[in-house]
Amino acid sequence: MIAPNNISNREIVLEIKNLHKHFGNNHVLNGFNMKLFKGENLVIMGKSGSGKSVMIKCLVGLMEADSGVISVMHKDITILDQEALDILRSDIGFLFQGSALYDSMTVRENLEFPLRRHTEKFGEHVDTEKMVIEALENVGLVSAIDLMPSELSGGMKRRIALARTLILQPKIILYDEPTSGLDPITAKEIIILMQDVQKKYGTSSLIITHDVDCSRVISDRMILLIDGIDYAAGTYDELSNSTDPKIKAFFKH
Amino acid sequence: MSGFYNLKAQLNSFLMEIGELSFFTARYFKEVIKKPFEFKELLRQCYNMGNRSLFLVVITGFIIGLVLTLQTRPTLMEFGAVSWMPSMVSIAIVREIGPIITALVCAGRIGSGIGAELGSMRVTEQIDAMEVSGTNPYKYLVVTRVLAITLMLPLLVIIGDFVALFGSFLVENIKGNVSFMLYFNQVFDALKFGDIIPATIKTFFFGFAIGIVGCFKGYNCEKGTEGVGKAANSAVVFTSLLLFIIDFIAVFVTDIFYAL
Repeated sequence: MIAPNNISNREIVLEIKNLHKHFGNNHVLNGFNMKLFKGENLVIMGKSGSGKSVMIKCLVGLMEADSGVISVMHKDITILDQEALDILRSDIGFLFQGSALYDSMTVRENLEFPLRRHTEKFGEHVDTEKMVIEALENVGLVSAIDLMPSELSGGMKRRIALARTLILQPKIILYDEPTSGLDPITAKEIIILMQDVQKKYGTSSLIITHDVDCSRVISDRMILLIDGIDYAAGTYDELSNSTDPKIKAFFKH
Repeated sequence: MSGFYNLKAQLNSFLMEIGELSFFTARYFKEVIKKPFEFKELLRQCYNMGNRSLFLVVITGFIIGLVLTLQTRPTLMEFGAVSWMPSMVSIAIVREIGPIITALVCAGRIGSGIGAELGSMRVTEQIDAMEVSGTNPYKYLVVTRVLAITLMLPLLVIIGDFVALFGSFLVENIKGNVSFMLYFNQVFDALKFGDIIPATIKTFFFGFAIGIVGCFKGYNCEKGTEGVGKAANSAVVFTSLLLFIIDFIAVFVTDIFYAL
Protein backbone atom coordinates (compact mmCIF):
# COMPACT_ATOMS: atom_id res chain seq x y z
CA MET A 1 0.00 0.00 0.00
CA ILE A 2 1.07 3.59 -0.57
CA ALA A 3 1.50 6.02 2.30
CA PRO A 4 -1.53 8.39 1.99
CA ASN A 5 0.53 11.58 2.18
CA ASN A 6 2.42 10.50 -0.97
CA ILE A 7 -0.69 9.74 -2.96
CA SER A 8 -1.81 13.24 -3.88
CA ASN A 9 1.50 13.84 -5.70
CA ARG A 10 0.63 11.10 -8.15
CA GLU A 11 -1.17 11.26 -11.46
CA ILE A 12 -4.98 11.26 -11.32
CA VAL A 13 -6.28 8.28 -13.31
CA LEU A 14 -9.95 8.70 -12.57
CA GLU A 15 -11.95 11.74 -11.52
CA ILE A 16 -15.61 12.44 -10.91
CA LYS A 17 -16.89 15.99 -10.60
CA ASN A 18 -20.35 16.92 -9.41
CA LEU A 19 -22.07 13.69 -10.46
CA HIS A 20 -25.87 13.67 -10.36
CA LYS A 21 -28.19 10.73 -10.98
CA HIS A 22 -31.82 10.25 -10.13
CA PHE A 23 -34.49 7.60 -10.68
CA GLY A 24 -37.90 9.26 -10.64
CA ASN A 25 -38.09 11.20 -7.39
CA ASN A 26 -35.19 9.31 -5.86
CA HIS A 27 -32.04 11.44 -6.16
CA VAL A 28 -29.32 8.84 -5.69
CA LEU A 29 -26.27 10.99 -6.43
CA ASN A 30 -26.39 14.70 -5.59
CA GLY A 31 -23.05 16.11 -6.70
CA PHE A 32 -20.60 13.33 -5.89
CA ASN A 33 -16.88 14.07 -6.31
CA MET A 34 -13.84 11.83 -6.15
CA LYS A 35 -10.29 11.36 -7.44
CA LEU A 36 -8.37 8.12 -7.83
CA PHE A 37 -4.59 8.41 -7.99
CA LYS A 38 -2.23 6.08 -9.81
CA GLY A 39 -1.45 2.92 -7.81
CA GLU A 40 -3.95 3.81 -5.11
CA ASN A 41 -6.53 1.61 -3.40
CA LEU A 42 -9.53 3.84 -2.82
CA VAL A 43 -12.49 2.43 -0.94
CA ILE A 44 -15.93 3.95 -1.30
CA MET A 45 -18.18 2.99 1.56
CA GLY A 46 -21.87 3.58 1.90
CA LYS A 47 -25.05 1.96 3.10
CA SER A 48 -26.99 -0.41 0.85
CA GLY A 49 -28.92 1.65 -1.68
CA SER A 50 -26.73 4.71 -1.17
CA GLY A 51 -25.78 4.79 -4.86
CA LYS A 52 -22.35 3.12 -4.79
CA SER A 53 -23.18 0.68 -7.58
CA VAL A 54 -24.93 3.40 -9.59
CA MET A 55 -21.81 5.54 -9.34
CA ILE A 56 -19.50 2.73 -10.46
CA LYS A 57 -21.83 1.89 -13.38
CA CYS A 58 -21.80 5.52 -14.48
CA LEU A 59 -18.02 5.31 -14.37
CA VAL A 60 -17.82 2.64 -17.07
CA GLY A 61 -20.70 3.97 -19.14
CA LEU A 62 -23.16 1.23 -18.20
CA MET A 63 -25.46 3.93 -16.90
CA GLU A 64 -25.85 7.48 -18.10
CA ALA A 65 -25.40 10.17 -15.47
CA ASP A 66 -27.81 13.13 -15.38
CA SER A 67 -24.93 15.59 -15.14
CA GLY A 68 -21.34 15.83 -14.05
CA VAL A 69 -17.92 15.00 -15.46
CA ILE A 70 -16.40 11.52 -15.40
CA SER A 71 -12.81 11.51 -16.49
CA VAL A 72 -10.97 8.21 -16.93
CA MET A 73 -7.29 8.43 -17.90
CA HIS A 74 -7.91 12.10 -18.78
CA LYS A 75 -10.79 11.28 -21.12
CA ASP A 76 -14.33 12.44 -20.38
CA ILE A 77 -16.32 9.25 -20.91
CA THR A 78 -19.64 11.13 -21.09
CA ILE A 79 -18.67 12.55 -24.50
CA LEU A 80 -16.80 9.56 -25.98
CA ASP A 81 -18.28 7.69 -28.94
CA GLN A 82 -18.90 3.93 -28.61
CA GLU A 83 -15.68 2.88 -30.33
CA ALA A 84 -13.48 5.14 -28.21
CA LEU A 85 -15.33 4.02 -25.08
CA ASP A 86 -14.75 0.35 -25.95
CA ILE A 87 -11.02 0.99 -26.40
CA LEU A 88 -10.86 2.86 -23.10
CA ARG A 89 -12.73 0.03 -21.39
CA SER A 90 -9.84 -2.32 -22.09
CA ASP A 91 -7.89 -0.27 -19.53
CA ILE A 92 -10.65 -0.61 -16.93
CA GLY A 93 -11.32 -3.92 -15.24
CA PHE A 94 -14.67 -4.46 -13.54
CA LEU A 95 -15.26 -7.15 -10.97
CA PHE A 96 -19.01 -7.56 -10.61
CA GLN A 97 -20.72 -8.25 -7.31
CA GLY A 98 -22.14 -11.57 -8.53
CA SER A 99 -19.01 -12.42 -10.59
CA ALA A 100 -21.08 -12.29 -13.83
CA LEU A 101 -19.32 -15.26 -15.44
CA TYR A 102 -20.87 -16.27 -18.77
CA ASP A 103 -22.61 -19.44 -17.69
CA SER A 104 -22.81 -21.01 -21.17
CA MET A 105 -19.01 -20.88 -21.52
CA THR A 106 -16.19 -22.77 -19.83
CA VAL A 107 -13.67 -20.92 -17.66
CA ARG A 108 -11.24 -20.90 -20.60
CA GLU A 109 -13.86 -19.37 -22.94
CA ASN A 110 -14.83 -16.85 -20.26
CA LEU A 111 -11.24 -15.64 -20.14
CA GLU A 112 -10.73 -15.71 -23.90
CA PHE A 113 -13.89 -13.74 -24.56
CA PRO A 114 -12.63 -10.23 -23.66
CA LEU A 115 -9.48 -10.76 -25.76
CA ARG A 116 -11.48 -11.10 -28.99
CA ARG A 117 -12.22 -7.38 -29.18
CA HIS A 118 -8.85 -6.03 -28.20
CA THR A 119 -6.44 -7.40 -30.77
CA GLU A 120 -5.11 -3.86 -31.31
CA LYS A 121 -3.91 -3.86 -27.70
CA PHE A 122 -2.16 -7.24 -27.80
CA GLY A 123 -1.51 -7.72 -31.52
CA GLU A 124 -3.19 -10.04 -34.05
CA HIS A 125 -1.08 -13.07 -33.12
CA VAL A 126 -1.71 -12.95 -29.42
CA ASP A 127 -1.06 -16.23 -27.58
CA THR A 128 -4.43 -16.46 -25.86
CA GLU A 129 -3.65 -19.83 -24.26
CA LYS A 130 -0.60 -18.37 -22.53
CA MET A 131 -2.53 -15.32 -21.37
CA VAL A 132 -5.39 -17.45 -20.03
CA ILE A 133 -3.00 -19.70 -18.11
CA GLU A 134 -1.13 -16.70 -16.69
CA ALA A 135 -4.36 -15.04 -15.55
CA LEU A 136 -5.51 -18.28 -13.92
CA GLU A 137 -2.12 -18.71 -12.23
CA ASN A 138 -2.57 -15.27 -10.68
CA VAL A 139 -5.72 -16.47 -8.93
CA GLY A 140 -4.43 -20.01 -8.29
CA LEU A 141 -7.09 -21.76 -10.35
CA VAL A 142 -5.38 -23.23 -13.42
CA SER A 143 -6.99 -26.58 -12.63
CA ALA A 144 -10.46 -25.07 -13.22
CA ILE A 145 -9.70 -24.12 -16.83
CA ASP A 146 -12.17 -26.54 -18.43
CA LEU A 147 -14.90 -26.33 -15.81
CA MET A 148 -18.26 -24.63 -16.31
CA PRO A 149 -19.20 -21.77 -13.95
CA SER A 150 -21.97 -23.94 -12.48
CA GLU A 151 -19.27 -26.31 -11.19
CA LEU A 152 -17.50 -23.57 -9.22
CA SER A 153 -18.05 -22.38 -5.65
CA GLY A 154 -18.84 -18.72 -4.89
CA GLY A 155 -15.23 -17.96 -3.96
CA MET A 156 -13.87 -19.70 -7.06
CA LYS A 157 -16.29 -17.76 -9.26
CA ARG A 158 -15.07 -14.50 -7.74
CA ARG A 159 -11.45 -15.50 -8.41
CA ILE A 160 -12.16 -16.54 -11.99
CA ALA A 161 -13.99 -13.25 -12.50
CA LEU A 162 -10.89 -11.46 -11.21
CA ALA A 163 -8.74 -13.49 -13.63
CA ARG A 164 -11.08 -12.46 -16.48
CA THR A 165 -10.66 -8.85 -15.37
CA LEU A 166 -6.87 -9.18 -15.27
CA ILE A 167 -6.52 -10.74 -18.71
CA LEU A 168 -6.93 -7.37 -20.42
CA GLN A 169 -4.13 -5.99 -18.25
CA PRO A 170 -6.19 -3.04 -17.02
CA LYS A 171 -4.68 0.05 -15.44
CA ILE A 172 -7.69 0.57 -13.19
CA ILE A 173 -9.77 -2.13 -11.52
CA LEU A 174 -13.24 -1.40 -10.19
CA TYR A 175 -14.45 -3.82 -7.55
CA ASP A 176 -18.18 -3.86 -6.83
CA GLU A 177 -18.65 -5.43 -3.38
CA PRO A 178 -15.81 -7.95 -3.87
CA THR A 179 -16.42 -9.78 -0.60
CA SER A 180 -20.21 -9.74 -0.41
CA GLY A 181 -21.87 -13.11 -0.08
CA LEU A 182 -18.62 -14.86 0.84
CA ASP A 183 -17.71 -16.53 4.12
CA PRO A 184 -15.05 -14.65 6.18
CA ILE A 185 -12.20 -16.99 5.19
CA THR A 186 -12.93 -16.80 1.45
CA ALA A 187 -13.47 -13.04 1.77
CA LYS A 188 -10.01 -12.76 3.34
CA GLU A 189 -8.52 -14.81 0.49
CA ILE A 190 -10.11 -12.46 -2.04
CA ILE A 191 -8.72 -9.41 -0.21
CA ILE A 192 -5.22 -10.94 -0.20
CA LEU A 193 -5.60 -11.68 -3.91
CA MET A 194 -6.61 -8.07 -4.58
CA GLN A 195 -3.51 -6.88 -2.73
CA ASP A 196 -1.30 -9.30 -4.68
CA VAL A 197 -2.73 -8.08 -7.98
CA GLN A 198 -2.15 -4.47 -6.98
CA LYS A 199 1.45 -5.22 -6.01
CA LYS A 200 2.19 -7.26 -9.15
CA TYR A 201 0.61 -4.99 -11.76
CA GLY A 202 0.62 -1.63 -9.97
CA THR A 203 -3.05 -1.11 -10.82
CA SER A 204 -5.21 1.57 -9.29
CA SER A 205 -8.23 0.13 -7.54
CA LEU A 206 -11.61 1.58 -6.73
CA ILE A 207 -13.37 -0.67 -4.25
CA ILE A 208 -17.05 -0.32 -3.49
CA THR A 209 -17.94 -2.05 -0.26
CA HIS A 210 -19.72 -1.88 3.06
CA ASP A 211 -17.34 -4.43 4.58
CA VAL A 212 -15.37 -2.55 7.26
CA ASP A 213 -12.76 -5.29 7.60
CA CYS A 214 -12.09 -5.25 3.88
CA SER A 215 -11.75 -1.45 3.98
CA ARG A 216 -9.34 -1.57 6.92
CA VAL A 217 -7.04 -4.06 5.24
CA ILE A 218 -7.01 -2.78 1.70
CA SER A 219 -7.65 0.97 1.67
CA ASP A 220 -5.07 3.68 1.21
CA ARG A 221 -7.87 6.18 1.39
CA MET A 222 -11.63 6.05 1.91
CA ILE A 223 -14.62 8.10 0.86
CA LEU A 224 -17.96 7.80 2.63
CA LEU A 225 -20.92 8.13 0.30
CA ILE A 226 -23.82 9.49 2.35
CA ASP A 227 -26.93 11.26 1.01
CA GLY A 228 -25.54 11.09 -2.53
CA ILE A 229 -22.41 13.11 -1.81
CA ASP A 230 -18.80 12.42 -0.81
CA TYR A 231 -19.62 13.11 2.83
CA ALA A 232 -16.17 12.41 4.24
CA ALA A 233 -12.75 11.37 2.96
CA GLY A 234 -9.57 10.24 4.68
CA THR A 235 -7.62 7.23 5.77
CA TYR A 236 -9.28 4.36 7.62
CA ASP A 237 -7.82 5.55 10.92
CA GLU A 238 -8.94 9.13 10.39
CA LEU A 239 -12.51 8.13 9.58
CA SER A 240 -12.83 5.41 12.20
CA ASN A 241 -11.79 7.89 14.91
CA SER A 242 -14.22 10.55 13.74
CA THR A 243 -16.76 11.89 16.22
CA ASP A 244 -19.36 12.63 13.52
CA PRO A 245 -22.31 10.31 14.31
CA LYS A 246 -22.99 9.62 10.61
CA ILE A 247 -19.39 8.48 10.12
CA LYS A 248 -19.19 6.63 13.43
CA ALA A 249 -22.23 4.54 12.43
CA PHE A 250 -20.13 2.82 9.74
CA PHE A 251 -17.42 1.65 12.10
CA LYS A 252 -19.60 0.30 14.94
CA HIS A 253 -19.23 -3.48 15.30
CA MET B 1 -63.38 6.67 -14.07
CA SER B 2 -60.45 4.72 -12.58
CA GLY B 3 -61.17 1.99 -15.14
CA PHE B 4 -60.72 4.54 -17.91
CA TYR B 5 -57.39 5.75 -16.47
CA ASN B 6 -56.30 2.15 -16.08
CA LEU B 7 -57.08 1.47 -19.72
CA LYS B 8 -55.28 4.65 -20.74
CA ALA B 9 -52.20 3.66 -18.72
CA GLN B 10 -52.22 0.19 -20.26
CA LEU B 11 -52.55 1.62 -23.77
CA ASN B 12 -49.72 4.05 -23.03
CA SER B 13 -47.46 1.29 -21.82
CA PHE B 14 -48.34 -0.89 -24.83
CA LEU B 15 -47.54 1.93 -27.26
CA MET B 16 -44.28 2.66 -25.41
CA GLU B 17 -43.31 -0.99 -25.77
CA ILE B 18 -44.11 -0.94 -29.49
CA GLY B 19 -41.92 2.16 -29.82
CA GLU B 20 -39.04 0.53 -27.93
CA LEU B 21 -39.40 -2.64 -30.01
CA SER B 22 -39.21 -0.52 -33.18
CA PHE B 23 -35.94 1.08 -32.02
CA PHE B 24 -34.63 -2.35 -31.03
CA THR B 25 -35.49 -3.69 -34.50
CA ALA B 26 -33.95 -0.68 -36.24
CA ARG B 27 -30.74 -1.28 -34.27
CA TYR B 28 -30.72 -4.88 -35.53
CA PHE B 29 -30.57 -3.74 -39.18
CA LYS B 30 -27.80 -1.30 -38.28
CA GLU B 31 -25.74 -3.89 -36.44
CA VAL B 32 -26.27 -6.85 -38.79
CA ILE B 33 -24.19 -5.25 -41.56
CA LYS B 34 -21.46 -3.97 -39.24
CA LYS B 35 -18.18 -5.84 -38.77
CA PRO B 36 -17.03 -7.99 -37.00
CA PHE B 37 -19.37 -10.85 -37.96
CA GLU B 38 -19.91 -13.50 -35.33
CA PHE B 39 -19.97 -16.54 -37.67
CA LYS B 40 -19.00 -19.08 -35.03
CA GLU B 41 -21.73 -17.96 -32.65
CA LEU B 42 -24.22 -17.80 -35.55
CA LEU B 43 -23.49 -21.42 -36.51
CA ARG B 44 -23.75 -22.49 -32.86
CA GLN B 45 -27.12 -20.79 -32.57
CA CYS B 46 -28.36 -22.29 -35.87
CA TYR B 47 -27.41 -25.75 -34.65
CA ASN B 48 -28.92 -25.21 -31.21
CA MET B 49 -32.20 -23.81 -32.49
CA GLY B 50 -32.64 -26.30 -35.31
CA ASN B 51 -31.63 -29.25 -33.20
CA ARG B 52 -33.64 -28.17 -30.15
CA SER B 53 -36.88 -27.77 -32.09
CA LEU B 54 -36.62 -30.54 -34.68
CA PHE B 55 -38.19 -33.31 -32.59
CA LEU B 56 -41.10 -31.11 -31.52
CA VAL B 57 -41.70 -29.91 -35.09
CA VAL B 58 -41.63 -33.47 -36.43
CA ILE B 59 -44.07 -34.78 -33.80
CA THR B 60 -46.42 -31.80 -34.22
CA GLY B 61 -46.30 -32.02 -38.01
CA PHE B 62 -47.00 -35.74 -38.00
CA ILE B 63 -50.01 -35.39 -35.69
CA ILE B 64 -51.39 -32.41 -37.63
CA GLY B 65 -51.22 -34.35 -40.91
CA LEU B 66 -52.81 -37.38 -39.29
CA VAL B 67 -55.61 -35.48 -37.57
CA LEU B 68 -56.39 -33.20 -40.52
CA THR B 69 -56.85 -36.21 -42.79
CA LEU B 70 -58.89 -38.17 -40.25
CA GLN B 71 -61.20 -35.20 -39.59
CA THR B 72 -61.70 -34.25 -43.24
CA ARG B 73 -62.10 -37.74 -44.68
CA PRO B 74 -65.75 -38.37 -43.65
CA THR B 75 -66.93 -35.05 -45.11
CA LEU B 76 -65.10 -35.59 -48.40
CA MET B 77 -66.50 -39.11 -48.57
CA GLU B 78 -70.00 -37.72 -48.15
CA PHE B 79 -69.47 -35.60 -51.28
CA GLY B 80 -67.62 -38.38 -53.13
CA ALA B 81 -64.50 -36.23 -53.24
CA VAL B 82 -62.15 -38.37 -51.22
CA SER B 83 -59.75 -38.56 -54.16
CA TRP B 84 -59.15 -34.84 -53.65
CA MET B 85 -57.73 -35.53 -50.23
CA PRO B 86 -53.97 -35.31 -51.14
CA SER B 87 -54.50 -32.05 -53.05
CA MET B 88 -56.59 -30.48 -50.31
CA VAL B 89 -54.31 -31.54 -47.47
CA SER B 90 -51.13 -30.52 -49.28
CA ILE B 91 -52.42 -27.04 -50.12
CA ALA B 92 -53.75 -26.54 -46.59
CA ILE B 93 -50.49 -27.69 -45.00
CA VAL B 94 -48.04 -25.95 -47.32
CA ARG B 95 -49.90 -22.66 -47.55
CA GLU B 96 -51.09 -22.19 -44.01
CA ILE B 97 -51.13 -24.91 -41.39
CA GLY B 98 -47.48 -26.01 -41.68
CA PRO B 99 -45.92 -22.52 -41.42
CA ILE B 100 -48.18 -21.19 -38.66
CA ILE B 101 -48.14 -24.31 -36.49
CA THR B 102 -44.35 -24.70 -36.80
CA ALA B 103 -43.89 -21.00 -36.04
CA LEU B 104 -46.14 -21.24 -32.97
CA VAL B 105 -44.25 -24.31 -31.74
CA CYS B 106 -40.94 -22.49 -32.26
CA ALA B 107 -42.29 -19.37 -30.54
CA GLY B 108 -42.98 -21.53 -27.50
CA ARG B 109 -39.72 -23.45 -27.70
CA ILE B 110 -37.19 -20.95 -29.03
CA GLY B 111 -38.80 -17.56 -28.31
CA SER B 112 -39.30 -18.33 -24.64
CA GLY B 113 -35.82 -19.90 -24.47
CA ILE B 114 -34.21 -16.75 -25.89
CA GLY B 115 -36.28 -14.54 -23.54
CA ALA B 116 -35.29 -16.57 -20.49
CA GLU B 117 -31.63 -16.93 -21.49
CA LEU B 118 -31.04 -13.25 -22.23
CA GLY B 119 -33.21 -12.28 -19.26
CA SER B 120 -31.12 -14.32 -16.88
CA MET B 121 -27.94 -12.91 -18.46
CA ARG B 122 -29.27 -9.40 -17.89
CA VAL B 123 -30.24 -10.12 -14.29
CA THR B 124 -26.88 -11.72 -13.45
CA GLU B 125 -25.01 -8.80 -15.07
CA GLN B 126 -23.45 -11.01 -17.78
CA ILE B 127 -24.60 -8.59 -20.48
CA ASP B 128 -23.06 -5.70 -18.51
CA ALA B 129 -19.85 -7.72 -18.19
CA MET B 130 -19.71 -8.14 -21.98
CA GLU B 131 -20.24 -4.43 -22.49
CA VAL B 132 -17.57 -3.50 -19.98
CA SER B 133 -15.07 -5.81 -21.69
CA GLY B 134 -15.58 -3.82 -24.89
CA THR B 135 -17.68 -6.45 -26.68
CA ASN B 136 -20.93 -5.35 -28.24
CA PRO B 137 -23.46 -7.63 -26.51
CA TYR B 138 -26.23 -6.65 -28.94
CA LYS B 139 -24.19 -7.92 -31.86
CA TYR B 140 -22.99 -11.06 -30.10
CA LEU B 141 -26.27 -12.07 -28.45
CA VAL B 142 -29.12 -10.48 -30.40
CA VAL B 143 -27.93 -10.36 -34.01
CA THR B 144 -26.74 -13.99 -34.00
CA ARG B 145 -29.93 -15.33 -32.40
CA VAL B 146 -32.32 -13.37 -34.62
CA LEU B 147 -30.40 -14.30 -37.76
CA ALA B 148 -30.20 -17.96 -36.71
CA ILE B 149 -33.94 -18.37 -36.16
CA THR B 150 -34.73 -16.39 -39.31
CA LEU B 151 -32.65 -18.88 -41.31
CA MET B 152 -33.67 -22.01 -39.43
CA LEU B 153 -37.45 -21.56 -39.30
CA PRO B 154 -37.99 -22.01 -43.07
CA LEU B 155 -36.01 -25.27 -42.90
CA LEU B 156 -38.05 -26.45 -39.93
CA VAL B 157 -41.26 -25.55 -41.76
CA ILE B 158 -40.21 -27.54 -44.83
CA ILE B 159 -39.40 -30.56 -42.66
CA GLY B 160 -42.67 -30.11 -40.73
CA ASP B 161 -44.66 -29.92 -44.00
CA PHE B 162 -43.12 -33.15 -45.30
CA VAL B 163 -43.77 -35.00 -42.05
CA ALA B 164 -47.36 -33.71 -41.96
CA LEU B 165 -47.92 -34.93 -45.52
CA PHE B 166 -46.42 -38.28 -44.54
CA GLY B 167 -48.84 -38.46 -41.60
CA SER B 168 -51.70 -37.73 -43.96
CA PHE B 169 -50.45 -40.39 -46.39
CA LEU B 170 -50.42 -43.00 -43.60
CA VAL B 171 -54.14 -42.41 -42.93
CA GLU B 172 -54.94 -42.54 -46.63
CA ASN B 173 -52.85 -45.68 -47.00
CA ILE B 174 -54.56 -47.45 -44.10
CA LYS B 175 -58.12 -46.25 -44.76
CA GLY B 176 -58.12 -45.87 -48.53
CA ASN B 177 -55.33 -48.19 -49.62
CA VAL B 178 -53.60 -45.34 -51.48
CA SER B 179 -49.99 -46.04 -52.49
CA PHE B 180 -47.07 -43.77 -51.61
CA MET B 181 -46.41 -42.91 -55.28
CA LEU B 182 -50.03 -42.13 -56.05
CA TYR B 183 -50.45 -39.97 -52.94
CA PHE B 184 -47.34 -37.90 -53.49
CA ASN B 185 -47.92 -37.62 -57.25
CA GLN B 186 -51.24 -36.00 -56.46
CA VAL B 187 -49.61 -33.81 -53.82
CA PHE B 188 -47.01 -32.45 -56.23
CA ASP B 189 -49.58 -32.06 -59.02
CA ALA B 190 -51.71 -29.93 -56.73
CA LEU B 191 -48.90 -27.72 -55.44
CA LYS B 192 -47.76 -24.78 -57.52
CA PHE B 193 -44.93 -22.35 -57.06
CA GLY B 194 -47.60 -19.82 -56.16
CA ASP B 195 -48.36 -21.95 -53.12
CA ILE B 196 -44.80 -22.72 -52.08
CA ILE B 197 -42.96 -19.43 -52.60
CA PRO B 198 -45.20 -17.04 -50.61
CA ALA B 199 -45.56 -19.63 -47.85
CA THR B 200 -41.77 -19.98 -47.62
CA ILE B 201 -41.15 -16.23 -47.74
CA LYS B 202 -43.50 -15.60 -44.84
CA THR B 203 -41.64 -18.12 -42.68
CA PHE B 204 -38.57 -15.85 -42.80
CA PHE B 205 -40.74 -13.09 -41.31
CA PHE B 206 -42.11 -15.52 -38.74
CA GLY B 207 -38.57 -16.49 -37.74
CA PHE B 208 -37.50 -12.87 -37.53
CA ALA B 209 -40.51 -12.03 -35.33
CA ILE B 210 -39.77 -14.93 -32.95
CA GLY B 211 -36.13 -13.91 -32.64
CA ILE B 212 -36.52 -10.17 -32.30
CA VAL B 213 -39.36 -10.33 -29.75
CA GLY B 214 -37.60 -13.01 -27.66
CA CYS B 215 -34.39 -10.98 -27.68
CA PHE B 216 -36.22 -7.70 -26.96
CA LYS B 217 -38.00 -9.15 -23.95
CA GLY B 218 -34.88 -10.84 -22.57
CA TYR B 219 -32.46 -7.99 -23.29
CA ASN B 220 -34.71 -5.47 -21.54
CA CYS B 221 -35.65 -7.80 -18.71
CA GLU B 222 -36.38 -6.22 -15.34
CA LYS B 223 -34.20 -7.18 -12.42
CA GLY B 224 -34.97 -10.30 -10.41
CA THR B 225 -36.01 -13.85 -11.15
CA GLU B 226 -39.62 -12.70 -11.58
CA GLY B 227 -38.40 -10.53 -14.45
CA VAL B 228 -36.89 -13.57 -16.20
CA GLY B 229 -40.18 -15.48 -15.97
CA LYS B 230 -42.07 -12.46 -17.26
CA ALA B 231 -39.63 -12.04 -20.15
CA ALA B 232 -40.02 -15.67 -21.24
CA ASN B 233 -43.78 -15.60 -20.87
CA SER B 234 -44.41 -12.28 -22.57
CA ALA B 235 -42.05 -13.26 -25.40
CA VAL B 236 -44.34 -16.19 -26.27
CA VAL B 237 -47.60 -14.26 -25.88
CA PHE B 238 -46.42 -11.24 -27.88
CA THR B 239 -44.80 -13.37 -30.59
CA SER B 240 -47.91 -15.55 -31.02
CA LEU B 241 -50.03 -12.45 -31.54
CA LEU B 242 -47.47 -11.00 -33.93
CA LEU B 243 -47.33 -14.26 -35.94
CA PHE B 244 -51.06 -14.09 -36.67
CA ILE B 245 -50.78 -10.44 -37.68
CA ILE B 246 -47.84 -11.21 -40.01
CA ASP B 247 -49.77 -14.19 -41.40
CA PHE B 248 -52.79 -12.01 -42.11
CA ILE B 249 -50.65 -9.42 -43.88
CA ALA B 250 -48.83 -12.14 -45.87
CA VAL B 251 -52.10 -13.73 -47.02
CA PHE B 252 -53.50 -10.30 -47.87
CA VAL B 253 -50.44 -9.35 -49.93
CA THR B 254 -50.34 -12.76 -51.66
CA ASP B 255 -54.01 -12.39 -52.52
CA ILE B 256 -53.32 -9.06 -54.20
CA PHE B 257 -50.60 -10.71 -56.31
CA TYR B 258 -52.94 -13.58 -57.24
CA ALA B 259 -55.54 -11.07 -58.37
CA LEU B 260 -53.09 -9.32 -60.73
